Amino acid sequence: MIDTLVGIVALTLAAGTPLVIAALGELVVERSGVLNLGVEGMMLIGAVAGFIVTVHTHMPWLGVAAAIVAGAAMALVFAIVAVSLQANQVASGLALSLLGIGLSAFVGQPYVAAVVDPIKAINWPPLSSLPVLGPLLFAYNPLVYVSVALAAGVHLFLLHSRAGLVLRAVGESPRSAHAIGYRVLAIRYAAVLFGGACAGLAGAYLSLAFTPLWSEGMTSGRGWIALALVVFATWRPYRVLLGAWLFGAVTLAQFQVQAAGIEIAPQLLAMLPYAATIVVLAWMSRDAAAIRRHSPASLGKPFHPQR
Amino acid sequence: MAPFRLEARNAPSSLAKWLAPPLAAIAMVACGFVLFAVLGKDPVAALHAFFVAPVATRYGIGELLLKASPLALIATGLAIGYRANVWNIGAEGQLAVGAIAAGGVALALDASGPLVVLPLMFVAGALAGALWAAIPAWLRTRCNANEILTSLMLVYIATLLLSYMVHGPWRDPEGFNFPQSRMFAASALLPVIVEGTRLNAGTLVTLAVVAAAWLFVARTLVGFEMRVAGLAPGAAQYAGVSPAKVVWIGMLCGGACAGVAGVNEIAGPIGQLLPSVSPGYGFAAIIVAFVGRLHPAGIVVASLLMSLLYLGGEAAQVALALPSSITGLFQGTLLLFLLAADVLIHYRVRIGARTAMATP
Repeated sequence: MIDTLVGIVALTLAAGTPLVIAALGELVVERSGVLNLGVEGMMLIGAVAGFIVTVHTHMPWLGVAAAIVAGAAMALVFAIVAVSLQANQVASGLALSLLGIGLSAFVGQPYVAAVVDPIKAINWPPLSSLPVLGPLLFAYNPLVYVSVALAAGVHLFLLHSRAGLVLRAVGESPRSAHAIGYRVLAIRYAAVLFGGACAGLAGAYLSLAFTPLWSEGMTSGRGWIALALVVFATWRPYRVLLGAWLFGAVTLAQFQVQAAGIEIAPQLLAMLPYAATIVVLAWMSRDAAAIRRHSPASLGKPFHPQR
Repeated sequence: MAPFRLEARNAPSSLAKWLAPPLAAIAMVACGFVLFAVLGKDPVAALHAFFVAPVATRYGIGELLLKASPLALIATGLAIGYRANVWNIGAEGQLAVGAIAAGGVALALDASGPLVVLPLMFVAGALAGALWAAIPAWLRTRCNANEILTSLMLVYIATLLLSYMVHGPWRDPEGFNFPQSRMFAASALLPVIVEGTRLNAGTLVTLAVVAAAWLFVARTLVGFEMRVAGLAPGAAQYAGVSPAKVVWIGMLCGGACAGVAGVNEIAGPIGQLLPSVSPGYGFAAIIVAFVGRLHPAGIVVASLLMSLLYLGGEAAQVALALPSSITGLFQGTLLLFLLAADVLIHYRVRIGARTAMATP
């Protein structure tokens, strides 16, 4: 019984990790006042870049590094269009997602049947083999620990550091931040690149640790769910962890139902995470005043010093 | 110091607004030139194979119009919402449920005559598409939920629903276990209107809808209210335009058009229900709407360009041995270039150092 529970917790965390990483990145982006809807595209590019590099070098951590760089490179394209050239952020983000979906399918096509050396879960003999505590605390994929550390780091940075305060100021009132001498556009660039790097890392987790393989569109909407999670978390980092793990559990539920031998078509079960996203988003958003209070005041609005 | 800087124009430039799409298209082709060269193909021959060869025949022109039709239809519906800042990006799902509903009508009734079945299919498809879009509209107006995310989540649900129908209840018993419905009878198929092509009567439906949409946007009070709501939400609300009404009209128009596009696909080139009834028309139509500047005439032109990208992708697979996903690559690039070029609407680009005059 306890082993089953521990197993469920472990699988939940494994399924929630890409959402944690991608949503934390997007949270920082949105806190700087920029809405980047391109998470799905950046995740796919990260997944395919990490996978290709690992196939050729057999070094999964080099693949992870490549995924981070590739995600950030995609984000740079977005930043040029939406931050420097002040294009509509909704349209630019959509364009980035469409580009990422197309580009990843294009470059990944020769690698569809390839195999990689995956990133393996840690195994620290005395600790990992402890009863209950071992599998509960010391037997995850390294990137799971990275995701938790990232949450703590983003929390500390945003809410307890001077740089985080400046970033939030840029998201609330870029004009004031500009007036007291902060470089609004540079700060927004940094945030957008960080978001891209996180999305790339989340993609690499999928293609190098969680699945591990490459297939076209393999993120299957996780980038969009990550965007919904930022709203769910009302732009607060630690709540991203809760939300993402909740979604991990929902993803898991579909396999549990099947394993329990209940007769439901797999397609109908696969709808669960998407339906849950809609329900949760509607539930969280219904208090419009609270959403307004928590969301960055200048979210989605381009900034130009002359206007 | 940036190599260039932006200087605000006093008024938006309408010249730049209409110049941006051709500029973006040129930049996209230039990108294609570089891409083909990098891939070791002769760029000129490759561009010819991609952009010219597919439409060099009568059949090819027919295919161009056949694929442009759903794109123009969906983009027209979406543009009505986009003008009013209602971001329905779930057209791909609305198309799928339109196809499911119309497919259900066809499977149940295609023994009766085409004058009964086809109109019912269109009604069912439009209603189903509108109903699917009504979910995000309701969630937005009732629960304040962001329609971008909800409409997109519904794409995944609709696609899974279609997959379920053709794997389960509607699977063809004589189809060798393939996940597909039986072929529809001739009465549920749109007649071909140009001999020697696959171009069918669905294109006429598209043209009628585009014309009706133009009338709606340019010549009716509600169409005007929608535009005002997009340009100046505060003014619209002050003038008594209900924001909820704007959301509902925007979403329902997009949903109904996408649903009809789904009918055109299954009653046209496909002729049955398959696990996938659209190669991403619902998403490509978003690009068509923007490239067409949310204007019906612009959308028609943009849909032809986007359709050519689909044909080029197929041709690239055959003639150049490149994956057909190159289409998505071109599509994404086109939209990004367009958005970048749009900067010229509100700004002049000045190259070089800042002058004392321009310092704020």
